[in-house]
Amino acid sequence: MFGYAGKFLEVDLTSETIKDTTFDEELLRQFIGGRGLGTKILWDRLGDRWETIDPLGPENILLFLTGPLTGYFPGGRTCVTGKSPQSNGIVGSTVAGEFPVELRCAGYDGIIVTGKAKNPVSIYVKDGDAQIRDARHIWGKKRVATMRTLTREIRAELEKQSPLYGEWKEPAMLYIGPAAENKAIPTAVLAKWTHGAGYGGYGAVMGSKNLKAVLANGTGPLPPAADMKKVQSLIDKISKACYGNDSFRRWGTGAAGYTVGHDQSSEPVKNWQEEWHDETGFGVDKFENKVWVKRYWGDFGCPTTCLKVAFVKTGPYKGAIGDNPDYELQAYLGTNLGIFIPEDNVYLTDVIEDLGFCGIQGGNILGFAGELYQRGILTAQDFGGLDLKWGDTKAFASLAQMIADRKGIGDILAEGTYRAAVKISEMKGVDVMPYAIHVKGIGIGAHGTRSGLDFSTPVAYVTNVQGGDHTSTSQLPIDNPFSELTVTLYDSGVFCWFNAMNSPIQVSLDFLEAVTGWRITPFQWYNKVGRRIIHMQRVALLLGGPDAYWNPKRDDDIPPRFYEPLPTGPKAGQSTEKATVESMKAEYYQKIGWGKRGIPRKAELRRLGLEYLSDALKRIKK
Amino acid sequence: MLAPTIEFPHFCAQCEDYPCVESCSFDALSVNEETGAVIVDKEQCTACGQCVQACPGRIPHIHPTEKYAIICDLCGGDPQCTKVCEEGRWNVLWVVPKPPSGSYKLYARRPKEITEDLAENLYGEYGKELV
Repeated sequence: MFGYAGKFLEVDLTSETIKDTTFDEELLRQFIGGRGLGTKILWDRLGDRWETIDPLGPENILLFLTGPLTGYFPGGRTCVTGKSPQSNGIVGSTVAGEFPVELRCAGYDGIIVTGKAKNPVSIYVKDGDAQIRDARHIWGKKRVATMRTLTREIRAELEKQSPLYGEWKEPAMLYIGPAAENKAIPTAVLAKWTHGAGYGGYGAVMGSKNLKAVLANGTGPLPPAADMKKVQSLIDKISKACYGNDSFRRWGTGAAGYTVGHDQSSEPVKNWQEEWHDETGFGVDKFENKVWVKRYWGDFGCPTTCLKVAFVKTGPYKGAIGDNPDYELQAYLGTNLGIFIPEDNVYLTDVIEDLGFCGIQGGNILGFAGELYQRGILTAQDFGGLDLKWGDTKAFASLAQMIADRKGIGDILAEGTYRAAVKISEMKGVDVMPYAIHVKGIGIGAHGTRSGLDFSTPVAYVTNVQGGDHTSTSQLPIDNPFSELTVTLYDSGVFCWFNAMNSPIQVSLDFLEAVTGWRITPFQWYNKVGRRIIHMQRVALLLGGPDAYWNPKRDDDIPPRFYEPLPTGPKAGQSTEKATVESMKAEYYQKIGWGKRGIPRKAELRRLGLEYLSDALKRIKK
Repeated sequence: MLAPTIEFPHFCAQCEDYPCVESCSFDALSVNEETGAVIVDKEQCTACGQCVQACPGRIPHIHPTEKYAIICDLCGGDPQCTKVCEEGRWNVLWVVPKPPSGSYKLYARRPKEITEDLAENLYGEYGKELV
């Protein structure tokens, strides 16, 4: 079998046992890896009792998966998945960095983590071997300290073991911050200082297992590819296409903090009360000239290097280091909180990343809290004396700390926007759900639907099996290059959307064939292989439980806010029409093979060899 | 890369006095007169690691499974790394003809030292905390 190391590491933290697991070729061929394979593994092991599994309980399974193209396709990623504490379904959340490449070079395609450790631990994989290590001394530590401590420790050990080897490369690692240790749900699985697998809340799942970090060192080669010449020519082709994406190469997505608001009227401002602004002081030139650490750096093999780093050299936020916020964080930790100053935005990004939040989910809950304060539903007293005014960077940073520590109202907000809205509605006797900008428990990405000028069409989040995830949106036609059926290939591959998007899907499928020897046509992907994954994710999402259930009739919808007219900007007065959503939804159901109630049709499941999902359909709550 | 964002190539600098070649007890290392690159004779090399110790930057390393040291051979005088770097417009690596004077040896340093210097350059007084 080409393209796979052929082994998965299975770690049970409860019994502290480690063993190797394999999957047969036919299964890998059907589900590829990453998001697809993760969905299948979760269903096979937990599907018969999905509704009863507590996502933050020891019975949940946490997966760190690569795919056959990881390391070959420019820009490899790790897919982190499990039962999501946000959506109660399955989210294939991916994160960049060298971890998946090191893991594959160490002889493993993925890590399956079960159970819960008694004390904080880390998992370290090196060349076909793995160990569970004590991590009590790094529990509670933030980004820089966690990475620095672990890097030094592992390097010292390797140098001691093989003093004459030469310089050891540092281990690649995934880790969590203090908020995730406290099982705050809007948290990410982090890599390096600025990467995170944010959608899904898997930081909290890692925290619930007392797992602080996962590290890998691999000195071996990548698993052999079927046609290495073809692989090389495709790497060339894809890199050249990426070299043409000058905007992302220079600014990452950071030019959008001004333009998505100003040009497209689809950027969250003050918890999505507005989506337009003309704050030129928030322009990319300001970030570029004031805070960007002018240095291009990329993860292994990446021709785009969209990620930039910022550092505040002077002023009240001196010393803040983090993303030169990409668009999502410019929006969610900037405009969404009424913050339009680059240094403030970088500072808040630093705070959020240090605590281990997902920048999007963390910003979403902060914005929600800000609006409840604006409306007087939550008062300064509720916030422990904080005056949570829009634009008050320090106040929002303090609230983030409260959420991470689960102090006061922070304990409720740590449950994430949807669950906090349920609790606050009960607590205050006011329905606050209209201010919760989420779909199926997942705060939506910073792309609105009202202006009609962004890629997020009215149905984008409605039928998305990953809720508010803007990197995997349901689109029409279903073979749209932005649609989740397309992205599922990248998430299963597992490689970067930004590097794949410059070429047609055929190129990615050619790449898959060059590495694995398996030929899948775009038609087969959109009609069979990709759909299996989507249907399985959909069934798990609709089963939900134990604390939240989604009814397609009610919950296959955009947040109510998007039906309100935009108050400002050239698109003022415009909103998303309910009738448009309903008709697109019906069309999407029909095109993807779901019945009128939004449930995969039995005939469709039979056609795809997914009969085993049919019984589960009966368990979906009506 | 001991800390994110602080990345740099860790390549052989072709020191004028070639301490690695001097240190080899097995005649496994030699200098290509045309390119100045250090050439490893895989047959002779015993993977003893003396060259790693002798190098001021610990730049050679031992192959993880085979028994020989790995040192950049400048692709026979036509380095491929500079080509991809140029194609990607990173402008980090290019071939510099050997000047009449200039101490190449200064560039043979351990990653930790380079990282610390660069961290200070990029992040000022905070640099120390990052590495």
